[in-house]
Amino acid sequence: MLRLANPNRFMQWSGKLLPWCAVATAILLGAGLYLALFVAPPDYQQGESVRIMYVHVPAAWMATFVYAVMATASAVALIWRHPVADIAAREAAPLGAGFTLLCLVSGSLWGKPMWGTWWVWDARLTSVLVLFFLYLGYLALINAFDDPTRGARAGAILALVGVVNLPIIKFSVDWWNTLHQPASVFRLGGPTIAPSMLWPLLIMALGFTLFFVTLLLVRMRSALMAAKLRALRLQQAA
Amino acid sequence: MAAVDHFLAMGGYARFVWPAYAVALIVMGGLLIESVLTYRKRRRALDAAEKRRR
Repeated sequence: MLRLANPNRFMQWSGKLLPWCAVATAILLGAGLYLALFVAPPDYQQGESVRIMYVHVPAAWMATFVYAVMATASAVALIWRHPVADIAAREAAPLGAGFTLLCLVSGSLWGKPMWGTWWVWDARLTSVLVLFFLYLGYLALINAFDDPTRGARAGAILALVGVVNLPIIKFSVDWWNTLHQPASVFRLGGPTIAPSMLWPLLIMALGFTLFFVTLLLVRMRSALMAAKLRALRLQQAA
Repeated sequence: MAAVDHFLAMGGYARFVWPAYAVALIVMGGLLIESVLTYRKRRRALDAAEKRRR
């Protein structure tokens, strides 16, 4: 594991993996979009507005999943001082912030016709908004120091503290009264959502996941190339 | 044509469904374009720097 995370090794295997990830992402997102818009049935209560789910739910899952990835990478960076882990956390953050924004906006667009309001200050919506600010705070913090290693360390600590928000998001719909519906896919006793909607949703979610993996690899490779470029310039200057 | 209109109308929810998909396109497309452009820029700069060194 640690050997694969050596910067040169990382550049080798990520370069080979990248085209496969990109092709798989394109196929899954294409298939997911087709299923979501043309194949999945309208909901018996919500009608066609339910199609917002195929964007909203994968975005929400990714918002929390990417945060878990960022926090794990931050823990590895703090414990083993591994430079590639630092880069993974730093490059995951803008992607997570994007998914969280998408989750909030698509949720708002779904809330208006179904709940009659764009926004309520309940536990689920508020905790996801906090997640969005955690991403933005992290990005501001890592860039706030003259010494990038100190910035990375401060960011890693913030990312780890913010992990308490993840179970709050997940269980907010069970712990507090809310307009937001409870979990219908990842729950004890199995999904309650109809299979004709579950499959398009899962394919879309897999497409979102691979989209994240592909972009994370691209961004990490960019960051490593920037580091190499700095090293080369220092060598030339010396 | 009627089938296309029917599809675009989204059962009366067009003004909620299509903006949701448009925001997905803007956010994810934006991240994709920014990531790939940065990657290409760095790749070119690194190749040039390594050529100078040789």
